Amino acid sequence: MSNNKKHTLDPNKWIELYADYLFNYAVTRVDGSDLAKDLVQETFFSGIKGKENFRGQASERTWLISILKRKIIDHYRKINSAKGKKEVRVSFYPDGDRKGSWIEECVPQTWENEAEKTIENEELKDTLDKCIENLPEKYRMVFLLKTVQNYETEEICNALDISASNLWVIIHRARVQLRKCIEENWFKN
Amino acid sequence: MISCDEATTICDKNQYGEASTWDKFRLNLHLLLCKHCKSYSKQNHIITKMFGNYLNTCDGSKHLTLDEKKELEKNLNEKIN
Repeated sequence: MSNNKKHTLDPNKWIELYADYLFNYAVTRVDGSDLAKDLVQETFFSGIKGKENFRGQASERTWLISILKRKIIDHYRKINSAKGKKEVRVSFYPDGDRKGSWIEECVPQTWENEAEKTIENEELKDTLDKCIENLPEKYRMVFLLKTVQNYETEEICNALDISASNLWVIIHRARVQLRKCIEENWFKN
Repeated sequence: MISCDEATTICDKNQYGEASTWDKFRLNLHLLLCKHCKSYSKQNHIITKMFGNYLNTCDGSKHLTLDEKKELEKNLNEKIN
């Protein structure tokens, strides 16, 4: 049974209903609460300006979140172009030879107690934070946008002005590095 | 036969559901023969799971103060008018 009820917008209630929710969403995805606040404000502005574009199929909150998501990736587009297009070259293999194969020192080790170790807790999050911090900036940005914030490949490529194959090379290098870092900091303890 | 670099890259793509059928075929062939990449593949799934919950473990209790909301409201009203 389909729900034909169309959603409506009520901007007067937005701050009361959604400001905290949007703020929470933003603050986990960008650096700093001032920036998050600005993005929330701009989202509300855009929402009011674009009221006519609301088709009523999504809920108010979903619609506002989609505006916020665009603002967030737009923010990344700006900081990315500010940093310039310098490509960080990190080899899959440190010394550059033996193309494509594992180097003995870097092969995956056995991860003991895999099931028990994969639990949601503060310690794991700290390890993940640390490993992400160790990534080169561009890798970190692309990895987070794709893996954690779940943007589409196309959205990220358009925002950061990279090709899809670029993106996958970056994701690959990020994950290789993260795997090693997680292995050293989480599973070897 | 694809290299380990290519195989692990396909493996990564697969974590996001974006590996083609042909990619997956070549990957699986490689995994049959390469124990290192087989480990990588297993561990890759675990990593994906770890990051699946990543944002949820962030503090979900942040909120704006009353003053901040008042300021937001003021700015919003100025913008509308």
